[in-house]
Parts: sequence; structure tokens; C-alpha cells
Amino acid sequence: MRILNTFRLFLATLLASLALGAQAQLSIEITGTGAARFPVIIPIFENEGRLPQSVTDVVRADLERSGLFTLIDTGPLPMPESVTPDLAAVRARGADAVLTGSLVPMAGGRHEVRFRLFDAQKQLELGAMALPMTPAQNRLVGHRIADFVYEKLTGLPGYFATRIAYVVKSGPNFELQIADADGMNAATALRSREPIISPAWSPDGQRLAYVSFEQKKPIIYVHTLTTGQRRVVANFKGSNSAPAWSPDGSQLAVVLTKDGRSQLYAVGADGTGVRRLAQSSGIDTEPFWGADGHIYFTSDRGGSPQIYRIPAGGGSAQRVSFEGNYNVSPRLSFDGKLLAFITRNAGRFQVAVQDLATRQTTILTDSARDESPSFAPNGRMILYATDSGGRGVLSAVSTDGRIRQRLTVQAADVREPAWGPRIR
Amino acid sequence: MKKLILPALLALALTACSSTGPETAGTAVEDRVGVATVTASGVDGSGIAALTDPNNILSKRSVFFDFDSYVIKPEARPLVEAHARFLVQNPQMRMLIQGNTDERGSREYNLALGQKRSDVVKQALLLLGAQESQIESVSLGEEKPRCEDRTEACYGENRRGDMLYSGEF
Repeated sequence: MRILNTFRLFLATLLASLALGAQAQLSIEITGTGAARFPVIIPIFENEGRLPQSVTDVVRADLERSGLFTLIDTGPLPMPESVTPDLAAVRARGADAVLTGSLVPMAGGRHEVRFRLFDAQKQLELGAMALPMTPAQNRLVGHRIADFVYEKLTGLPGYFATRIAYVVKSGPNFELQIADADGMNAATALRSREPIISPAWSPDGQRLAYVSFEQKKPIIYVHTLTTGQRRVVANFKGSNSAPAWSPDGSQLAVVLTKDGRSQLYAVGADGTGVRRLAQSSGIDTEPFWGADGHIYFTSDRGGSPQIYRIPAGGGSAQRVSFEGNYNVSPRLSFDGKLLAFITRNAGRFQVAVQDLATRQTTILTDSARDESPSFAPNGRMILYATDSGGRGVLSAVSTDGRIRQRLTVQAADVREPAWGPRIR
Repeated sequence: MKKLILPALLALALTACSSTGPETAGTAVEDRVGVATVTASGVDGSGIAALTDPNNILSKRSVFFDFDSYVIKPEARPLVEAHARFLVQNPQMRMLIQGNTDERGSREYNLALGQKRSDVVKQALLLLGAQESQIESVSLGEEKPRCEDRTEACYGENRRGDMLYSGEF
């Protein structure tokens, strides 16, 4: 099964790269799945054959890759969206839910995709939706349908119609790339001969803040993806690094050394109005501006690097990590309940999560060089950089540690992932 | 790549939402944006004759550090003193000190550790008479390793501060 999945994704990746030219694509391999996967039937939508590229293939691949669903073969059951499916027959095939759909031609070569989701056990319709699309939008529409199914069946928002940013290093060249969450449609936002680190998505998903070394020192830029327009937001004497957006997108928490040590400041997203956020006698870095009104950050003020937080409006620092002597790179889940970070465990750098309510910490990986954790917008998966055979790869792990994926680019190092927001 | 993607994106942008879903409102698919590629321009360095003569101590630019250490070792003192003298005698010269670390651990935390190394070199130069306005200390963290093997010898090569003069950065 795993081999088949990998092969199918490989084929899709291959076709996409042929279609789009030489752009290196991320390919995703599933290396672990949820304990109990939800069996669903997703027959090909009525009239889908009129599209040059399938929609349901995208929906199926998304759901299967999530590790939470298992796709049951449709068999000979015809299931047009206009008719309530034979849910007893669905049950008989071992599925708990079925998604039916059809394409209705619209003016100007466009279509409307109509789809319905049924719970075969409870014998009821869970929801229905219609989305307009052009034939070229099959992937985006497929991701949105997968989000719909995921949300209806798990109760959590889906994350398939989102994008990720990451840095690819091949030889002396660095590229900041943006891809769909399934690794497809990779595009280069910035190409440089010098390193690029710490990309951070604006809350509206339109801009990236990052650190570029193109001027032989770390400088923070904000880059609008559609236009390629870049603005320097922090280029003070010394180093400028670790940008983190405020939840409203108006400010960035940054690390500057203009007054000496690496310390936390806030600056407007347009580069104006720099002000100090905290003061310590050691290093303060890696701020993450949580939706809970706190800024989480790494500090060695206590002797070893540990995670602390301060109220964004000012106040005293509170230590958050206690186990071990190296805890760095804090990231808060969107619901404010979980903190992901990197911990050094017997010399190995691994992804950990702490339940902030109970303070219980769980190490989620058994690798040795994990870096830069980043939550999926629904808080269920954590994307991070790690090492495989001496090469940088991206991996994702669910917060319960069960679901695992690996994302690689042929013959290149991939690092510094950042999972983009859900666009509503 | 860009040519192929842009028309699709325009189509996306022009597509209006026309939900007819009986129970759930349809969401628009208009908010996906494209990505324009930018190429970053670099900096061209040009050497200064007196500073590149291999027989002159000033051609040496690197101060090495022990693991987890931010102290200039005794053997590096003559080098730091020579550069301080050069800065004092040439007040028009500007220096960029780049601190570096080995690759283990967080990139941003290593950037802060590299800054500690460049700051230590800067403080030593200031104590020896160089002017604050002449020197900027920055960090490259683990991003520009001189040696890419995962050996202790290599890590030692990478734990260093490099002194660059105007025109070299």
C-alpha cells in the first residue's frame, strides 16, 4: 500500500514536473498513519472526464496522505451527486462515509462542482457544497473539497488548501520556494547566492518575512509574493534576524543586536517604529508571537537555552520549558494549547510538544537533527526540517506522534519550512 | 514556469463565488496568489594590497574559538592586536566582523552565538584603540560553513570570527 502510494505520488510529481518544466518538486512519502483510519468511498465525480485533470484524484491523495482516512474501492456502484447513494451498499463495502459529486458546465468553459458527503452509519447527509472552477483549478478545488471532507469527519479544519515555504540549497545557490501543502506547484520567490533563513508567513498569507544574507550580514525583509516587491524592515547596525508576525499582521517581533546582545524588539511591518520588547543579560531570540497574547522566545538568561514567554504588551518573563538543558525554537499552536519546540535529548535534537495546561512534554521524533518546527493551521501536524542520509529533508509528524510524512527534493537540501495560514 | 502559472492565477482571481450548496456556503477560490521570482543581487568584493600580502599578518582574518566558548585564545592575540593597530593608523577604514558557529542546534540560536563571537572580537579591537564607528559586528551563525564535514576538526574550523575590511564585504 505504502509503495503504491509513493508510486502514485511519484507519478503525479513526475507529470507535474514535465508539465511545468525543470522546477524541482517536493515529493511526499507517508511513513506512518493514524491508529484508526476512517474508511471512505470517493467515486469519480459525474462528468469529471470532461476535465483535462482529475479533481477526485486530488481529494483522494490529500485524504490518504493525512493518515486519517483509508480509501475504499468504489466498485461498480454508480453514485451521481443528484441521487442519494445506497448507503447500505456503502456500508457493505466497509466504508463509513461516501462523497458524491458532479460537474455542471457553466458559461465560458467553467464548471460548477457540486458535492455531498454522507455518513453511512448514521444514514444521514453531513453537508453539501458547490464550487465554481476553471479546468485549470482542479488541484485547488480538490484541496478545498478535501478540507470539507476532513472537517466534516474529524471536526478539525482541513489544511490541504494551504501552502508551505521552505529554502532549497543546491550547490552554492539558495532558493526560497513556495509550494502547495502537497508539495505541488513549487515556485521560487527568491533566488540568492547567500543564505536565506527563518521565513515567516504574514497572517493573511500574502507576504513572507525572512532573513537574507545577500548583503553579507543578516537583514530582515518583507516580501509580497504576488508582485515580488521586497521591503527591508530591519537593517540596523549588527545582526537583524528571527522575524515573527503579530497575529494582526501589523508588526513583527525581531531580534536585533544594535544595542549589544541579541535582544527582542518589535517593528512595524513597514519597518517603522522600532521598540524594545524585553531586556535580559543574555541572548534572547526566536520570538513567536502567539494568538494568546504572549511572545514565546528562546533565552539563555538562566544559563542554558530555554523557552520563556512575556506578555506582548510588556511584563515580566516566565519560564516555560524545564526539562533538559537545550530547548529552543518555540512555536505555539493556533488554539494556544500546544507548544512545539526542539529539545536536545542525549545529544540528539528532536521535536517535542508541551501541553501548556498540564506542562506534560512529549518527544515526537527519534531523529537527531530536527530544526524549525511549524504547525499546520489546524494544529494537528508539525512540519520540521531534519536530516536523511546527510541531506536536508522536511518531515511532518502529528501531535500524537503517529502520522509521519517525509518531503524531499531530488539532489538538494531542503530546510527552514514554514506552514502558511488557512486563507478564508 | 511563471508564464504557465499566471493565466491560471488570473483565472482564479476572476472567478467569483457562486455557492448554491443547500447546507453549507461555498467558499470562493479567488484568494490563491501567485509567486513572482526575485533574484537577489550580491556584493562584489575587491582586495586591498597591504591586506592581502600573505607575508603580512594582516592577511590573516580568522579568530578561532573552542566549543561553546566566546573567549579569544592567547594564540589569536597578536592577530587581533595587528588589526587594531591597522584600524588606529587608518581611521578611514571600516571593518565588518562576521561571527560563525558550527552547525549543531537551532539556526537562529546559533546566529545569536555567532554574534557573541563577533562582539568579543569587536570589544578587543575597541580596547586596543579602534573606534566604534569603524567596526560593525554581525553574525552568519551556522549559515556559511568553511568546512562542511561533520567532524570535530571541521566544526572547529567553523567556530570563528572573520574580520573583513571595506571593499571586501
